[in-house]
This record gives sequence, C-alpha cells and structure tokens, in this order.
Amino acid sequence: MRLSRTARVVLGCVTAAGLAIVYVPLLLVLLNSFNADRSFGWPPSGLTGRWWRAALHSDGAREALLTSLKAGLAATAIALVLGTLAAYAVHRYRFFGRRTVSFLLVLPIALPGIVSGIALNAAFRTVLDPIGIGFGLFTVVVGHATFCVVIVFNNIGARLRRIAPSLAEASADLGARSWQTFRYVTFPAMRSALFAGGLLAFALSFDEIVVTTFTAGPGTRTLPIWIYENLARPHQAPVVNVVAALLILVSVVPVYIAQRLSSDTAGGRL
Amino acid sequence: MAETETRARTGTTTTRTAVRLEAVTKDFGTVRAVDAVDLTVREGEFFSLLGPSGSGKTTLLRLVAGFEQPTAGRIELAGDDVTATPPNRRDAHTVFQDYALFPHMSVEQNVAYALTVRGVRKAERLARAREALTTVRLDGFADRRPAELSGGQRQRVALARALVDRPAVLLLDEPLGALDLALRQEMQTELKELQRTTGITFLLVTHDQDEALTMSDRIAVVRDGRVEQTGPPVEVYERPATAFVAGFVGTTNLLRGEAAVRVVGRPGTFSIRPERILLTDPAEPPAEPPAEPPAEPLPGGRRAVTGRITDIVHAGAHTRFTIALPHGDRLTVLRQNLDGLPQSARLDGEIGLSWDEKDAFPVPS
Repeated sequence: MRLSRTARVVLGCVTAAGLAIVYVPLLLVLLNSFNADRSFGWPPSGLTGRWWRAALHSDGAREALLTSLKAGLAATAIALVLGTLAAYAVHRYRFFGRRTVSFLLVLPIALPGIVSGIALNAAFRTVLDPIGIGFGLFTVVVGHATFCVVIVFNNIGARLRRIAPSLAEASADLGARSWQTFRYVTFPAMRSALFAGGLLAFALSFDEIVVTTFTAGPGTRTLPIWIYENLARPHQAPVVNVVAALLILVSVVPVYIAQRLSSDTAGGRL
Repeated sequence: MAETETRARTGTTTTRTAVRLEAVTKDFGTVRAVDAVDLTVREGEFFSLLGPSGSGKTTLLRLVAGFEQPTAGRIELAGDDVTATPPNRRDAHTVFQDYALFPHMSVEQNVAYALTVRGVRKAERLARAREALTTVRLDGFADRRPAELSGGQRQRVALARALVDRPAVLLLDEPLGALDLALRQEMQTELKELQRTTGITFLLVTHDQDEALTMSDRIAVVRDGRVEQTGPPVEVYERPATAFVAGFVGTTNLLRGEAAVRVVGRPGTFSIRPERILLTDPAEPPAEPPAEPPAEPLPGGRRAVTGRITDIVHAGAHTRFTIALPHGDRLTVLRQNLDGLPQSARLDGEIGLSWDEKDAFPVPS
C-alpha cells in the first residue's frame, strides 16, 4: 500500500508520540538511578553510580531479588510442565469438554488480578492454613503459576498447530511409539516455543504485584512488593529507582528474546 | 534383527498377497469415504489406486497405513490381520504427499529414523542410511537439512527414509504431485526401476492416469469410495468395465442412446478410443449422401461415417481433431503426426472417419 506524503508524516508522528509516552518514563527511571541529586532534581546535576552500589548492598533489596527469582523460576517450571502437557493433550486428542478445558485454562489471564488474588487468598486460608502450610513463598509460586501456565499453554498450542500433522504420522509410520514421536519429532519442533513461553512466564511472574500481595505472607517480599513498600520512604527513594531500572532490564530482555524465538519459523516449517 | 529383515523376498513372486482389503468401509461422520471395498495386492507388485480427488483413494491408503480405522471390514498385510494394529507395528511405510520430512533433522537422520526408533546401533544405521541414499542417488547430501533441498531431492529423501528398513509394502500418496512435468516423468521411470530392483510391493495413489498407466502392474480405478475396475493398464485402457473408467483412463468417445444407434449402429453405450479412428478423404469410401443411416458397415468389419472438422489442435507428437457428424454428434480423433494427412483434413473440411467394429467397445453405463 502506498501512502501519501502527508499521511506518512502524520502516521510517523503519531507512532513516535505513542512510543514516547511508553518509553520516556522508563528512560527517566533509568536515568534517575544515576542521578546525583537525592531528590531527583531535573536536569540531573550529575551522574553517579552511588545508588547502584547502595542498592547492591541493601539487604532488603537483595533478599527481595532472591525471592523474586525463586518465585519466578518455580512458577515457570510448574507452568512449563503443566502448560505443555495441557497444550499437547488439547491438540493431540479429541475428548469430551476439550473446548471447555481450553477456555478454563486461558481464563485466569483475563481475570482481574485482584479477583484472582482475593480468591487464592481465601482458598489458601481455608485449605492450606489448617494443614499447616502458611502464606509464604510456596503460595506465591502457586499464585503465579495460575497465570504462567496460560502463557506456556498458548505458546505451545500455537506452535503445535503449526507443526504439520503428517510429521507425527510419518514418525508412527516409521515405527516410532508415541513417546518416541514426542521425544524425536514433536518436542524438538516445539523446543523454541517452550523456551519463549518459559521466558515470558518468568518475566510475567517477576514483575507481578497484585496476586503477590494477596498470596505472600508478611515475611515474603518479592522485588515489586519491596519497591512498593519503600516508595514512600525518602531515604530509600534512590535505591528504589535502581531496583526499578533493574526490573525493567530483567523484564525486557526475556520478552525480546521470546519474541525473536516465536517469530522464528524453523520449528514449524515444511 | 538382521535375520528377520533379510526374509525371503526372492524371485518366488507366486500368488502371495501383500495387502488384502475385505469389505472395508470407512465413514467420516455421515460421509461414506470408502464403501465395502475388496482389494488384493500381490507381493512384489506395483499397484495403483487411480481416481479423481475425493474418490476415497487416499483414505484407502491411510487405512492400509493404519492412520485411519475402518468402520467395518478387515485389512491384512502379508496374510496377517492388522485391522486393529497401530501404524508403528505395521510392516508398511508411507511416502507422504508433502514428504513430511523432519525439518530439524539432517537428511541422514531423517533416513535413519526407522532404524533409530528400533534401537539399531549407530554405526549400522548410518551405513544403511547412506546405502539408502545411494539407492535414490543422493550421496553427498547426508548432512543437509530438508529446507536446503529442492522438491525433487526431498522426494528422494522421503523415498530413502521409507525404504531404509525394507518394509514389505511401500505406500505412496500422490508422491509426484508437487513436481514439475519433466521431473515427474523422470521420477516415474525411477520409481518403477526402484520397485523392480527392491522387489518391494508398491501401492501408489494417484489421480494422474498417465502415471498409473506408465508405472503400474495393475490399476484399481476408484470412484465414490468404490473400486470400479481392477486390472493391468492395458486391460483397463482397452476394455474399460464402466463408462466412468473409459472416460477417466485416457480420453474416449462415449456414445450412448440415440447417438450409439446412429454412429455405432447398435443400441447401448460404447467407447471408441480417439486413436482408433482413421481419417480418410471422404471420396475414398464411396460415401452416400449421409441422409438416413449415416453410418454403414464396410467390408472387413469396418464402419465409416463422414463429418466436418470443427477443431484442430496440434499437440506435438499428435494432432487432435474434433469432428461434427451430421446429427450433431461429435467425435474426437487423435492422429500421430506422421506424413500423409488426408487432403480434406483442414478446418471446416468434410472428412471420412472409419474404425474397426470391435473398437467400438461396449461399456455398462
């Protein structure tokens, strides 16, 4: 499609403005993490690595980072196993309620986080508490897994639909049992989708705050919760900026890689 | 393992059956794709299922491979009932229409796959994969990926992969459909040769009558989920069992009802192959004004009519004439492009046609 010169200029400006609204504030956070002025005066009076050093030595931030990593990795692991199995089952077999299962699996991502949070909170309180499992890292992991599964399920499902059905047939035809077909043909073809789904799930878990608030115990602080708690404390503000900048980087990189992997067609070609 | 593989596949091509279908029916929902088909493929035979798209021929092949379960009936491979046997335990391999090569594996890994899943040692499976690649003239391609190959080369890899452990039966689903004409003809010759040298039973599905006629020992013409006729190519071509077979295998002049009486001189449905009709100058046989009986038998059991040429198509080796007879019937005539074309063989020219009476072959309609 050919656009007139005016249309191109206007569209270009709108696009630039749209992207600026999203990314300028993020850049500001990054920049402020180096701002020498404690109250973030603008323009910055100078650049300093002081806050980064301070954040590095802040026990609270380090502990929160560790908690976030643990929660993210555990939730991703659960999501990879359950999401893959569910996607494979829904794709491979025709059974009663297949569409319903598919819908119910995807639903959690559409539910408002606060609703999921309250629901999980109530459930954990009535079911887990009496048997001695209190709120803590475990409940956070379970809470995060509910929406991480969706990401993996969707990614794997999309990939499975792109793999030619004749590949699995050819494998069986040549003598492979079901597990061999999965091991040699289906799994390699969806490996990059698994990786992408895992990265996205991790990124999602890493910066989640709403569900976390309702599922974490008083002693469990993930990075976003730590930021939220320290936002109001003036002497912590510079360190909060550093942690926020770190969060941006940790979230952006996996999403970028995941997107590159999803558009890579090598797995589904032919 | 090696013992069982080198099982007797020698010159004893007697009457052992490789594939047998007994009253096999397959329904998809309310659609009957295959309707009570009986079929016997002999061991070492090149057998083709020929039919238009949607005739159920691919479903038949998938039933033999085990990808589909018959709604009713019984399927045998080498005398064993395999009706309920899954594909991975049937001694038959498929060459898929889209080749279905594993994209993440090298050519060699693709070809060795049947051996890999059976746990054959690496050294042996590589040796046999290379051997199979040599058979299809693809030495030197072992390390390529399928994506780096041309259509013809992928086709060969698919063949090598299916032949590597010498199955009793090779199933080919429109294997040459995606290739261009020149390559297709080359592969036809090659497939036939491969079948002869390996002695493996080939069961091929095609909609291309040329392909079926060229390669097969026997053909089954399939229509609407039923087998209309089974026989060697010559028989199917020269003595079609039904009007459909006559029209689908090769081109023909089908004459029925009034037209049959006018042209052939008898009631019924008749097929006259266009290459069986000779063109002559109308003067040669003393032609009466074509008023009442437009056709009359000539001495020696020949029959002659006159008509007007309405179309001439020069198609390389032969020329196709369309000729209108006085009552509006039309006949197609094929003539080899030798010399000595009758003088009147030009557009709008009056021309005489004649054929041996037995070339008007009666077919049940």
